[in-house]
Amino acid sequence: MATVIEHAHGHPVDEGEHYVPLEYTEKDDSLKIFGFWLFLTQDMVLFACLFATFVVLRTHIGNGPDSESLFDVKGFIEETFILLTSSFTGGISTFYMRKKRAIGTVVWLLITAALGAAFVSLEITEFLHYISIGATMQTSAFLSAFFTLVGTHGAHVSVGIIWMISIVIQILRRGITPALSRKVFIVNLYWHFLDVVWVFIFTVVYMMGVIH
Amino acid sequence: MPPSHLSHWGLLITGDPLIYGADASIALASIAIVYVLTKYKKWKWLWDEWLTTVDHKKIGIMYLIAAILMLFRAGTDAELMRTQLALPNLHFLGPEHYDQIFTTHGTVMLLFMAMPFIFALMNIAVPLQIGARDVAFPYLNAISFWLFFFAAMLINISFVIGGSPDAGWTSYAPLAGSTFDPGPGENFYLMALEITGIGSIGTGINFLATILKMRAPGMSLMKMPLFTWSIVATSILIVYAFPALTVVLALLLIDRVAGAHFFTITAGGNPMMYINMFWIWGHPEVYILILPAFGVFSEIVSTFSRKTIFGYKSMVFSLLLISLISYFVWAHHFFTMGADASVNSFFAIASMLVGIPTGVKIFNWLFTMFRGRIRMKMPMLWTIAFIPCFTMGGMTGVMLAAAPADYQYHNSYFLVAHFHQVLIGGTLFGMLAAMYYWWPKVFGFLLDERWAKWAFWMFNIGFYVCFEPQYVLGLMGMQRRMYTYPSGLGWTDLNFISTIGAFIMGLGFIFLVWDIIYSIRYGERDLTGDPWDGRTLEWSLPSPAPHYNFAVIPHVTQLDHWWELKQQGRQDELRPKASEMRPIHMPKNSGKPFLLGLAFFVVGVGFVFEWYALAVIGFLGVGALLLARSFEAHPDYHIPVDEVVHTETALGRL
Repeated sequence: MATVIEHAHGHPVDEGEHYVPLEYTEKDDSLKIFGFWLFLTQDMVLFACLFATFVVLRTHIGNGPDSESLFDVKGFIEETFILLTSSFTGGISTFYMRKKRAIGTVVWLLITAALGAAFVSLEITEFLHYISIGATMQTSAFLSAFFTLVGTHGAHVSVGIIWMISIVIQILRRGITPALSRKVFIVNLYWHFLDVVWVFIFTVVYMMGVIH
Repeated sequence: MPPSHLSHWGLLITGDPLIYGADASIALASIAIVYVLTKYKKWKWLWDEWLTTVDHKKIGIMYLIAAILMLFRAGTDAELMRTQLALPNLHFLGPEHYDQIFTTHGTVMLLFMAMPFIFALMNIAVPLQIGARDVAFPYLNAISFWLFFFAAMLINISFVIGGSPDAGWTSYAPLAGSTFDPGPGENFYLMALEITGIGSIGTGINFLATILKMRAPGMSLMKMPLFTWSIVATSILIVYAFPALTVVLALLLIDRVAGAHFFTITAGGNPMMYINMFWIWGHPEVYILILPAFGVFSEIVSTFSRKTIFGYKSMVFSLLLISLISYFVWAHHFFTMGADASVNSFFAIASMLVGIPTGVKIFNWLFTMFRGRIRMKMPMLWTIAFIPCFTMGGMTGVMLAAAPADYQYHNSYFLVAHFHQVLIGGTLFGMLAAMYYWWPKVFGFLLDERWAKWAFWMFNIGFYVCFEPQYVLGLMGMQRRMYTYPSGLGWTDLNFISTIGAFIMGLGFIFLVWDIIYSIRYGERDLTGDPWDGRTLEWSLPSPAPHYNFAVIPHVTQLDHWWELKQQGRQDELRPKASEMRPIHMPKNSGKPFLLGLAFFVVGVGFVFEWYALAVIGFLGVGALLLARSFEAHPDYHIPVDEVVHTETALGRL
């Protein structure tokens, strides 16, 4: 039996033989993390359906513009770099959370949320530009599918930003409790998932859209 | 648009005595409920004990009550349709009204009767079967229920306010698009299914996590009761099929309210995309409805034959195989789409393959009964009625799966008869068998057998009288969803017989409800907790189980652990001992799931009538409630050992 250390919150952690990350120390929390993985897999199916719709309809442009004349390479590359960077900064917040360093966790979460906000504002700018030149959701099946798929991802990111800020406020009030460590971990899982979805949007929507 | 005899006064539907009757009965029922609750000072009781509960057993009871009420509502739709079709050229219902009624009949029966009935059984039985104190996420469980409940309210108010959906329960585009079907009716369908669908996904995740992570020590996967196994398969199907429904309904809603072009015939839209994606959810949904019934029959056949189930491993394997194949058969719902022969062949063969694992199960149940000491109690009676009925439904299913022949049967009464035979003979018989089986565990008394037999025979005889003629009508060319038919086609006699059958089934339902009312007063009390000489852990508990279920979590060493212990005279091993008791960790009740359901209802009404300010208010409510939950510091508490000892002593178990 390894030494059992009683932590400040009174939850025994088995130190020595194998390391259990903070967010998994309580049974209830590890159950919730498992549940969240299940949620992410269903969200994956949801995005898969939106991708399938987009792939079926991407050439159905009616009287509207096609993707090649619409997409601006510089714009979506910027969005991609910002979002991928935010996944990295989110990872750093998990690192500080496991070290129980509240300020580091909060700072990196806020940086992540700020990058997310920059991403969302770029996306909104992009959408508004399309609308200003008459390429709206009502123009063609392709644009209906485009706005819905990319917009659903953007809505997910926006929810993630609010969620992160709410966790920041909770950490500032209570410090890194086991429950909050689980919340930091889960919001980052969500964030990384959205990053992966974006990689597919980058490939299927934007890259395939500008390549002959 | 056909000329309408229904008109509007503001949002209220007017001009039809049936609708006025519905208005009056809704108003009277509401006044009666408010009066009784106020007179007996039960409002606080209702809120504290039911509306805020997170206890899986109480949530199960609420699902069960809702399912029976919805069975009545959608059953009434069925009786109205059969009345209209009893004779040629009747004008009991106008064409528009008929469209609305067959739409709500199908939608309510599948999504608001069968689904909650299944969720009722999952909640009632699964935690008890696996030796758990609740589900993995009790709060989410309450949210799922209230989303279902408010979605059911949304679809049910539609026929008096705004108008019911009328494009069929499948709501195919472009018919259901705003061009051909303006007005709020279809929006009711879309929002109600969207909201209850989110709740269903929550339930799927919840039970998957519960079963995979919260089984009693020693209960490995292959020592799990088969009902629990069937819920594993069902939950997997729910989690990975319902998102497709969420998406397809959202896209149709965007088409309707925002003028997008997913499924329109102009601007590049593709209506077949709707039909494909609908059935990518829809076919797994069929198995979501039948697999729990398979699980129920496995429990009942084994218990009432006093034998271990024949072929346990093949039962598990066939459940999982059926779930897997169910994802590869969706196009058999529209062989007539015009896909080429290779596509239709693939889906025809996949559909026929489902018959193999299903056949395995039928034979296993028969072999379990073979040389068993069978007791013909109500659960077993329904099981025995299920086997021939479902087998016939399955055989006609294989006929429909033959793609070239399907061009003849497609959308005819042959199809109508087929799916009613599998859904009633399979799902509903299974749910009723389960209701009689677990009723004493939930309520502490048995349902009276004499009245139950009246219900059983009426319902069964009525079923065959109602649906067998419809196979013939289908072969004679009668198409589904016809609101009337001319005389002289030779359809009159068979339609009339079918209508008589529908009313015999209605009598069966009345006996079923009477049986419940009678048994509340006179039913035999279950003092042992084990009225059927059961096999699984739930029967080792008192009826009804205390709210923490197990004072001490049992250690399981074998399949049918409770039965085996009884055989060896060791049943006292599952009685709790005071020395082994620890404080029990339980979730607190919360009013937020109810309010969250209400907020989603507001969102729903906002979208239905395209009052976007209201939808925004609803969304803000949803967001605020989610955040408020996140900020709660201590959503749980501990029951002290003294209280557990006290409760168990009062139950005579210490």
